[in-house]
Amino acid sequence: MSTLLAVYYAYMVEYRAELVLWVLSGSLPIILMGIWVQASQTGQFTLTPIEFARYFLAVFLVRQFTVVWVIWEFEREIVEGKLSFRLLQPLNPIWHHFASHFAERFARLPFAFMLVGLFFWLYPQAFWLPDLGQFLLALVVMLLAFALRFLIQYTFAMAAFWTERASSLEQFGFLFYLFLSGIIAPLEVFPPLVREIALWTPYPYLIHFPASLLIGLPVNLGQGLLVMGGWSIAFFLLYRWLWKRGLRQYSGMGA
Amino acid sequence: MAAIVAENLSKFYPVAVKEPGFQGTLQHLFKRTYRNIKAVQNISFEIAPGEVVGFLGANGAGKTTTLKMLTGLIYPSEGKVTVAGQVPFQRKAKFLKQITLVMGQKQQLIWDLPALDSLRINAAVYGIRDRDFEVQIDTLTEMLGLEGKLTQPVRKLSLGERMKAELMAALVHQPQVLFLDEPTLGLDVNAQVSVRNFLREYNQRYQATVLLTSHYMADITALCERVIVIHQGELIYDGSLEGLIDRFAPCREVEIELAKSYTPEHLAQYGDVEAIEGRMAKFLVPQETLTRTVATLLSELEVIDLAVTEPPIEEVIGRVLRSGSIS
Repeated sequence: MSTLLAVYYAYMVEYRAELVLWVLSGSLPIILMGIWVQASQTGQFTLTPIEFARYFLAVFLVRQFTVVWVIWEFEREIVEGKLSFRLLQPLNPIWHHFASHFAERFARLPFAFMLVGLFFWLYPQAFWLPDLGQFLLALVVMLLAFALRFLIQYTFAMAAFWTERASSLEQFGFLFYLFLSGIIAPLEVFPPLVREIALWTPYPYLIHFPASLLIGLPVNLGQGLLVMGGWSIAFFLLYRWLWKRGLRQYSGMGA
Repeated sequence: MAAIVAENLSKFYPVAVKEPGFQGTLQHLFKRTYRNIKAVQNISFEIAPGEVVGFLGANGAGKTTTLKMLTGLIYPSEGKVTVAGQVPFQRKAKFLKQITLVMGQKQQLIWDLPALDSLRINAAVYGIRDRDFEVQIDTLTEMLGLEGKLTQPVRKLSLGERMKAELMAALVHQPQVLFLDEPTLGLDVNAQVSVRNFLREYNQRYQATVLLTSHYMADITALCERVIVIHQGELIYDGSLEGLIDRFAPCREVEIELAKSYTPEHLAQYGDVEAIEGRMAKFLVPQETLTRTVATLLSELEVIDLAVTEPPIEEVIGRVLRSGSIS
């Protein structure tokens, strides 16, 4: 695994400028932060303007940690027949994708931290330091969130065996992800019923849950970890089932 | 035990059929009709360990589909196949570690990194120890003449060098069964020769079994004593390369230079005249009557020079592939 990580890290840093642009393209939460901070100064919300600012900064960081694009890669490998090479090797192709995503984190994070530094320099009131225990817990949950997000998208990617345009599934699912994960607004401002329902879907645990842990908002840790674990098992089983059927369907196009 | 066994192997693909025009597009959108394409039908053959076999067929004859079934990439619709004693489609590690597939038109090396990085990934994937990896890389580098090239980004290599590096990536785990799909595609003559020499050396050194497809007849004549020919998904010949030529081209070309011109009618009485150009004439003569015809020509005509040649192998194979029959 270390060889895979080392080589994919080398691959990721080969294009530094592109990486910076990818980091910047994830700055939607920063824009939303501006909107929500403005709104909270006038309206009645459960969070203060400072909390909103911290929340969206945490959302930005969590997204940098958990960004996944495996469905496009997998779809391309199927359409171009490149999956064939991977299938000829005694290692499940998922590990190549996982390693390249994981290695990319290390290439991306320095830029993300620079942006966070810039943010605190511009907006010092929002500065906070989580205590070590809380920070480590948030880090572990972020890793779990990344793994779950990866697994969900990889499961959808299996559709590429049948449709060749699996990424449209992701585009559709992205809508739910955007609203239910807490990227657009923190779950605290959702109507109670919507929030209750959302908390049983995997989405809030991909962004809202680790972001809240990072900034110290109250969360139900036990329920959170259980729901995450449950969805992980469900998606893993579904992925294995689809993978086995998909391989029978595979024709190795163009290769 | 045979290294490769295929028994009544078949593969059918469903392909969506679309009528031309707007109406066809609408129909295609709402109600798709599929047709089963028979890519490979009832193919059977056995290949012994250490054998090098040429696999011939026109484009779309089913060569690549067969290779994909033999390597476990696709699931056969019918029939049985074992390679190195294993069922390919189960893709067990034990099977995958013994085989390799090289596709001339595809590459597995990471484009932006030095080839050595991709080779390291492969070594890790196949669980090769560092020490063994180094030895294997040194051996292959020397055999392929790739000294100093492995640390350059793949995109900076020439096509020939890249193909050699691809071969290296495919052989780093010392496979026993090699499936080579057009390994010399697009290479210049020198690079083709060196790839060919390398494959011969690899086969001899490791006693590896090789199944090779190529559109360059020189690859086949240089490496394969036995060929398997398929046409429209069906096996039409399995045997020696010489046997194929003898069976399909049991004629020789006899070219003569004459001291004076004769009329075509006059020349025609000696055999099938292929071409007449001034005082040069070319006959196509069946092998059984070759000696007699040559003797007659020499005694009855004023011959200055005479040459007997085999028709070029490309032409012979080309005729086989076009007609799809060997009679």
